[in-house]
Amino acid sequence: MAYNLKEVAKKPERLTGGHRMCAGCGAPVVVRQILKALKPEDHAVISSATGCLEVSTFIYPYTAWTDSFIHSAFENTGATISGAEAAYNVMKRKGKFEGEAKFIAFGGDGGTYDIGFQALSGAMERGHDMVYVCYDNGAYMNTGIQRSSATPKYADTTTSPAGKKIPGKMQPRKDLTEIMANHHIPYVAQTAPIGNMKDLYEKAEKAIYTPGPAFLNVLAPCPRGWRYNTPDLMELSKMAVETCFWPLYEVIDGKYIINYKPKTKLPVKDFLKLQGRFKHLFKAGNEYMLEEIQKEVDSRWETLLKLAGEA
Amino acid sequence: MAIRERLSGNEATAIAMKQINPDVVAAFPITPSTEVPQYFSTYVADGVVDTEFVAVESEHSAMSACIGAQAAGGRAMTATSANGLAFMWEALYIAASSRLPIVLSAVNRALSGPINIHNDHSDTMGARDSGWIQIYSENNQEAYDNMLMAHRIGEHPDVMLPVMICQDGFITSHAIENIELVEDDKVKAFVGEYKPAHSLLNRENPISVGPLDLQLHYFEHKRQQAQAMANAKKVILEVSEEFYKLTGRKYGLFEEYKTDDADVVIVVLNSTAGTVKYVIDQYRAEGKKVGLIKPRVFRPFPVDELADALSKFKAVAVLDKADSFNAAGGPLFTEITSALFSKGVFGPKVINYIFGLGGRDVKSNDIEIVYDKLLEIANTGKVDSVYNYLGVRE
Repeated sequence: MAYNLKEVAKKPERLTGGHRMCAGCGAPVVVRQILKALKPEDHAVISSATGCLEVSTFIYPYTAWTDSFIHSAFENTGATISGAEAAYNVMKRKGKFEGEAKFIAFGGDGGTYDIGFQALSGAMERGHDMVYVCYDNGAYMNTGIQRSSATPKYADTTTSPAGKKIPGKMQPRKDLTEIMANHHIPYVAQTAPIGNMKDLYEKAEKAIYTPGPAFLNVLAPCPRGWRYNTPDLMELSKMAVETCFWPLYEVIDGKYIINYKPKTKLPVKDFLKLQGRFKHLFKAGNEYMLEEIQKEVDSRWETLLKLAGEA
Repeated sequence: MAIRERLSGNEATAIAMKQINPDVVAAFPITPSTEVPQYFSTYVADGVVDTEFVAVESEHSAMSACIGAQAAGGRAMTATSANGLAFMWEALYIAASSRLPIVLSAVNRALSGPINIHNDHSDTMGARDSGWIQIYSENNQEAYDNMLMAHRIGEHPDVMLPVMICQDGFITSHAIENIELVEDDKVKAFVGEYKPAHSLLNRENPISVGPLDLQLHYFEHKRQQAQAMANAKKVILEVSEEFYKLTGRKYGLFEEYKTDDADVVIVVLNSTAGTVKYVIDQYRAEGKKVGLIKPRVFRPFPVDELADALSKFKAVAVLDKADSFNAAGGPLFTEITSALFSKGVFGPKVINYIFGLGGRDVKSNDIEIVYDKLLEIANTGKVDSVYNYLGVRE
């Protein structure tokens, strides 16, 4: 179905209001839009890793989830949902389940890039018919902004503080989308939804309705961790894409497609300067950090262009 | 007509699983339990079961997939040993507190380190407070029979707890013994169909599982979980009685061997009970009044029944195939003595031996050392050492 904002807006919310996520948080926006891509008649089994999303949407005895939902631990969402999907396959064969059920797992970058990486990799390799969505806010936000392997280089976090000798996180960000593409699964995509809701919706729909495993890596800014002015969320998300810090692309059966190429690729500092976690990069004498980050963004973008046959 | 066979403990377990025909088996290879998923995957490959076999990338994921499968409304099973069980540790607690009656075949093996593939009970003893029902098996027949009873116990509405069926790695898992199998159709009828009241795949009534559960409700949920474990005792006895009617094989909370007129007894789990029975027969021929109590059900711990049964003896030796490293006694010993004390049983002198760690062979003369010590205590009324090691060089 071609994307129609009015039609999509009319669909019922499957993550209801009343949850406790922060104002200006990207994660619930991402979740709601992804769940809208489900066909209304399809049942969904949704799983979440421990994290902000889980502890804010299902506080006993209240749940914000209108579909079935399971949380078991931090590092095992990929495995938990794959067990549910396996049970579904049997029940379907035995005629114990009418209609279709879809399996969607959510994890933050800590639960996905780091502690849940093994369970995710295993689930993808085994070929379960499921979607794993990483809402990537680039640190362990639920526990108070600790660095993860998704944290960009030089970011100031509570376990990679910008100190007098060490200027923030010293390692570059892991490229999980690429790693998932190298699992040779049918569908992998990366998106930054705020300002690109159509892109997220279409990718979610493809991910959910492509048979087999699919992975979505979704940039989900965190006002607490990134330290931006909450109303700047749209601008920030736009800058992530316009600077090619976070390109919008998909890998369908191994074929790379870049969904958006900025007419003028903006310098990465336009994305960084909106965030308090990179404030120290703009002090006199620290220009080398900006230069280094720019080089890395350029190099990753060039690689992506090559993979997509556009270089 | 029951089927006479010759099988290893692992084969017997796999055959029980085939007859149970669960919805999902999620497992990861680890010696000595590897054969269980290995045999089972051939049933899947040959289409003789309806099960989805999920060949997970770790034991943590095995238990996590079982949690997902069971919450979805399926019957989920797995098998593991030692470090595999330890790796599941976090998820074991989640399975129990989510009240998911998953069934696990635990093939007991020494926990690292140092790494050792042979039998002791340090793995399942480490999981004793995880909220799982634990049933121990002396031999292949018991491993098979206990497995057939596991779902009926765990899935009972008054229980709703996961169950682990334990047997000794290599000693029974790999040794071939004569065994009597129950016919497939009888197993099917006995185990019955799993119809959970709530599940993720009940689209008419979607549920959320695994909440953030804070000060207001967590404690009540834990209290309910504790009650479920207390309820399990009665259910285990009921299911065992029904199983007795089906097979003629009788099981209780523990087995007593030649205790009627015994002065002294050994308390021991799993296969060592077989060696102890052999020594008892030898000693009995010499007129020595020795006996055995072999706990079958360790969780729930049969406090009243064990305290009552042990109250009549002069001396008791509890043999632990796991150490607690508490400088005071092994896990079975501390639970037995706690049961005696709390029930006001102060008659028997009770001593403890840690034995057989890392698969150290336990021979009949080791058991003779224990009985000789017990008979001496019974005669003199004096205990020189409570916490002891058996069969170790020191």
